[in-house]
Amino acid sequence: MSQKRVVRLSRRQILRGLLATGAFGIASKYGIGCASTPSTSDASTGASPAAAGGNPITIGFIYVGPKDDYGYNQAHAAGAAGMAKKFSWVKLVEEANVPETAAVAESMRSMIDIDGAVALFPTSFGYFDPHVLKMAAEYPDVQFFHAGGLYQEGKTPKNVGSYFGYIDEAQYIAGIVAALTSKSGKLGFVGAKPIPQVLRNINAFTLGARSVKPAITTQVVFTGNWAEPIKEAEATNSMADQGIDVVTCHVDSPKVVIETAEKRGIFSSGYHADQIALAPKGYLTGAEWDWTNIYSKLAEEIYAGKKLMDGGIPHILRGGLKDGFCKISPYGPAVGAEAKKAADEAQAKLMDGSLTIYPGGLKDNTGKVVIPAGTTLKQDDPTLESMNYLVDGVLGSIGS
Amino acid sequence: MATEAALGWWGVPLAIAAGTMRGGTPFLFVSLGECLTEKSGKINLGLEGTLLTGAMAAYGTSYLTGSPWIGVLAAGLAGAALGVIHGWLSQQFRVNDVAVGIAMIIFGSGVAFFFGKPFIQPKAAQLPTIDLGAWSGIPAVEAALQISPLFLLGVLIAPIMHWFFKSTRWGLFIRAVGDSPDAAKAMGMSIFKVRLLSVVAGSFLAGIGGASLSLYYPGLWTERISSGQGLMAVALVIFARWNPIQCLWASLLFGGAQALGPALQSVGIKEGYYLFNAAPYILTLVIMIFTCSPKRSLTGAPGALGTDT
Repeated sequence: MSQKRVVRLSRRQILRGLLATGAFGIASKYGIGCASTPSTSDASTGASPAAAGGNPITIGFIYVGPKDDYGYNQAHAAGAAGMAKKFSWVKLVEEANVPETAAVAESMRSMIDIDGAVALFPTSFGYFDPHVLKMAAEYPDVQFFHAGGLYQEGKTPKNVGSYFGYIDEAQYIAGIVAALTSKSGKLGFVGAKPIPQVLRNINAFTLGARSVKPAITTQVVFTGNWAEPIKEAEATNSMADQGIDVVTCHVDSPKVVIETAEKRGIFSSGYHADQIALAPKGYLTGAEWDWTNIYSKLAEEIYAGKKLMDGGIPHILRGGLKDGFCKISPYGPAVGAEAKKAADEAQAKLMDGSLTIYPGGLKDNTGKVVIPAGTTLKQDDPTLESMNYLVDGVLGSIGS
Repeated sequence: MATEAALGWWGVPLAIAAGTMRGGTPFLFVSLGECLTEKSGKINLGLEGTLLTGAMAAYGTSYLTGSPWIGVLAAGLAGAALGVIHGWLSQQFRVNDVAVGIAMIIFGSGVAFFFGKPFIQPKAAQLPTIDLGAWSGIPAVEAALQISPLFLLGVLIAPIMHWFFKSTRWGLFIRAVGDSPDAAKAMGMSIFKVRLLSVVAGSFLAGIGGASLSLYYPGLWTERISSGQGLMAVALVIFARWNPIQCLWASLLFGGAQALGPALQSVGIKEGYYLFNAAPYILTLVIMIFTCSPKRSLTGAPGALGTDT
């Protein structure tokens, strides 16, 4: 009886399974279609006055999370929106919540084939290898601008460019403010993954802090992914339990960390965007992006017919405070006069280039010298972009 | 400095204890809801979507009305509304409840994301907490013992539900429908109505679980807030053998496991954090391996669970 039943059910179940899979596929496709429609329609209304000028160009932006997350994606989306608002000849197509999987390759393909995008900005780090590299080889006429990817001359396809800001300069200043505000001498950093950009921020924050208080330490907690609200809250709480009194973070949305810190009555330093509204008492300052500036510049170059492929647009575009890639948030109420003065001095020195964050003879937290004595690494040194160490003073490890 | 001093290794058990109460609350509500649903013989995989919708409804309502308790109610009602759809749809002729559940995950999260857009940035009024740690004078203990009234509510519901299944007429109806629909039919019960009500009530609870995410811990609305907790809670019901009291222990265990990774790192355990961070998922897998057997059906499983009758 039971044997017969199993056999009879299985055929039905297979049919049902197929139907369900089909429905799932349709639903997810439909969902994607829905998500990109509104932005296309706003963009086309914006583009209509451009008919008088040259040909409008379509630029695609892809985000790993929601566009209004108070963080990384919001910073990029705000930059894209600011750029599209400036130029009526830009048609902006956007897609949010695209995971760092083959899904992003499909998004890029549809933006190129269906929307006719001539330039793409896949903004998440994990999109680069292999998805952007593969698509760039497949569509040699489309320009791919990737945030933070490592461009290697001769190896990376010619139509791939990499842009990113040296936001570690802003983190260095935030570190100074944090050190001069902290009473316990212990700072905390909630990181997502131990990739070079995160490590660079942790190191710059710590070096900034240690430049004014040499004994200070930064405890690092990696949550393992870009958006883990519960783990971020747990990490912040655990740090507060350990007597850490300033936390900052490098995750997609700093909202959880900043709000939890405020609830626990400790100080916080923001990232990506200004978060003072979330922590009116404990917010010190923060490292913010300023993408509108950069995106506008690139859009104008693309519009003028310049290309990555013939070297019209440089493959590696980098800049810091001076070039308007990033800025620091206005100081919060808890920041004292001494901290403000030290931070402003450091900012002035970073702007005029007289201060380098990574000096020669720098040691990592295992005691190994990572930058040979006598060679001072400038901000644009490519070796910094493959950083794989935590400097002396950071408590934590990048090993898994 | 003395009272602010680092807790050192004591931070780990403290974080886990606090994590069981903070992070376990959504697990508790969703698993109790799923327990009720599955006792009636239906599976509702869509509780992941219900959790998100509940979180969004609670946060949005609390923001718009200023009252977090109305937010909790709204979360329950929003969950129940999704439950009506699932309860009705999954009982149609030749409709599979697992397939409907998967569709409901997508639908529920879609609804939550669509209506939730304007609520990502603003700050909503949070639920008050019951502070049990004031005696200690240690800020860390005080923070850990800020217990949500929702957690206490969940802890109360678990034994009440157990008693309900065991000793009440309505509980018997649900068990009868879940174990042997033919017998229930012979008793003159409407299988459709009993299952519909069970699914709706279960989804109501899951919606409240969402409210505890957005109005208590971590206390905000983002599209990533559930991170699979709704699905894990479904697995947890199997682990708990469809027993509400065991659902409570299982939820606490999962809540504590979530806190393990960050707590160990903050006291200086540097190695293996990916492994610790994956603790809840590893736990789910281990449970599935131990509880799944091709030879015997699980003890405690409702007889007609997931079948078409």
